[in-house]
Amino acid sequence: MTAIMRLFIANRGEIAVRIIGTCRGLGIETVLACSTVDRDMLPARLADRAICIGPGPSSDSYLRAGTIVQAALGTGCDAIHPGYGFLSENPVLPRLAREHGIVFVGPTAEQIEAVGDKLAARRHAEAAGVPVLPGAAVRDIAGVARLAAEIGFPVLVKAAGGGGGRGMSRADHAGDLAAMVSLAIAEASAAFGDPRVYLERFVTSGRHVEVQIIGDGDVVLQLGDRDCSVQRRYQKLIEEAPAPDLPDAMRTAMLSAAVRFARALAYRGVGTVEFLVDVDRDAFYFLEMNARIQVEHPVTEAVTGLDLVALQLAVASGEKLTMIQDGLAMSGHAIECRLNAEDVRQDFRPAPGRLSRVEFGTVEGIRIDTFIEPGTMIPPYYDSLLAKVIAHGATRGEAIGRLRSALSATAIEGVPTNLAFHLAVLSEPDFIRGGVDTGFLARLMARAPAGP
Amino acid sequence: MPLTQDDVREIIRILDASTFDELVLETEGLKLSLRRNGVTSPSTDDAVAEPRPSAEAASSAAVVASSAAVAEPLAGTAITAPLLGVFYRAPKPGAPPFVEVGQQVTPDTVVGILEVMKLMNQVTAGVTGTIVECVAQDGALVEFGQLLMRLEPEA
Repeated sequence: MTAIMRLFIANRGEIAVRIIGTCRGLGIETVLACSTVDRDMLPARLADRAICIGPGPSSDSYLRAGTIVQAALGTGCDAIHPGYGFLSENPVLPRLAREHGIVFVGPTAEQIEAVGDKLAARRHAEAAGVPVLPGAAVRDIAGVARLAAEIGFPVLVKAAGGGGGRGMSRADHAGDLAAMVSLAIAEASAAFGDPRVYLERFVTSGRHVEVQIIGDGDVVLQLGDRDCSVQRRYQKLIEEAPAPDLPDAMRTAMLSAAVRFARALAYRGVGTVEFLVDVDRDAFYFLEMNARIQVEHPVTEAVTGLDLVALQLAVASGEKLTMIQDGLAMSGHAIECRLNAEDVRQDFRPAPGRLSRVEFGTVEGIRIDTFIEPGTMIPPYYDSLLAKVIAHGATRGEAIGRLRSALSATAIEGVPTNLAFHLAVLSEPDFIRGGVDTGFLARLMARAPAGP
Repeated sequence: MPLTQDDVREIIRILDASTFDELVLETEGLKLSLRRNGVTSPSTDDAVAEPRPSAEAASSAAVVASSAAVAEPLAGTAITAPLLGVFYRAPKPGAPPFVEVGQQVTPDTVVGILEVMKLMNQVTAGVTGTIVECVAQDGALVEFGQLLMRLEPEA
């Protein structure tokens, strides 16, 4: 066991603030990596020390594993937290950290590789008895038509090295399949440096439901499920826990499938096993596993009362989990909205710029995870997430009500945001009913192209 | 009135939260010139702190350069770290330093090395002139953009 005394945070924005918050409570010192454009932001001021690792573009700063480890060593840190995005699922960072005797707050490099390759992850899922979508790897162009016919159209052409919605295209019939697969192979080589693609059944009406797990390398526990079906082009906008209106039998089966999958890897750390729920067939399938803390982790924290970052730090330092599965109690319902700097009217285009006004309403049961203040400059180099507004209530209805009150009392000016869009979505009868599929937002946009 | 690192941070914060794009502060022996990123380049005169004879002023300038990259680097007079790394003034322990105070340098003169994960990156002077001060300590971790040395450019 290695007690963590000083943590290096290789991330920025709201997740940096989130990690610093837990460290303060645990008496762990923090050193924050920041690029030149981030060095005067709130996270840099909250950390015990901020160290400039490079210029704005992340390829010259937050994506440099060597620089991160050198900075962690030079500032006397004993552990590195990668947050999400950036290097969080790059096996190079945990390897380099291990070589230099620094704890990586996350799974092992081997576990990241096992789930990072979509084809390998599929094989692991099948081996663990976790249902996967009918599909198979493409071995040669000549064979794709027969493969697709076996699976049944429409099919998704997916890159083995892709993920998070990247590297996917849909084929509706055999006619355009061969050309599409050829293009997908070329694109996958260019984007991920990995030409392998595979076919998978396209689920016409699907819900995105995921299971939060935590492992200590030995014991794996599930911390409940989340529904992230409110997506636009695979980008999640609203997430909630638990998934509304899911048949009990399916929920139970999904939770245990996630645990089986992670247990087969002897997983250590927090992770999320994502599933696609086929509404028409009343079935669920393994999609992928994310080997990091998720953006939407606060909804799980709200209903479980746990601090997932504290748990990450504990298992990373070699502690064993002391809680037991039956001792976990879920309470109420939680919903999160991602407030982004983007122009809904311009096809949700990211809109960097300086914030002139930032005010969050104080409403009971509301948690705000953010890094913005009046005057904050939102740089063009990173994602457009400004804040997460998380509502917790005794019931789903109460959570929605609190979220709407909180958003109504929120004002962010200086750049366009999706705040009004969120308020409109939260008033949609389908959303209020609960259990929408991943096509919900696209249908809403089609009805009101300029935004509801 | 000597400025501390915290003073400079505070000034930068005030500027950052304001609607102004530029701030010039002159006290005895020091001229501090701050500008937001992206504001079009002003005349060189404004960007460069006045040459100042006193040691106190020189150290204040060092504070400016190392505390915040928002502060305009002292163009032509500062050699800053092109990347984060461990700074070495000599090619190996015990060897004479690459450059000493008073030495003439050309743009290609190697003035130090920055180690990032066993990878040695050479730092060059960038301009022709005379080294007037070595600010960064040998063997210290330096941040991206941190002031390493000051030189007097050739007129």
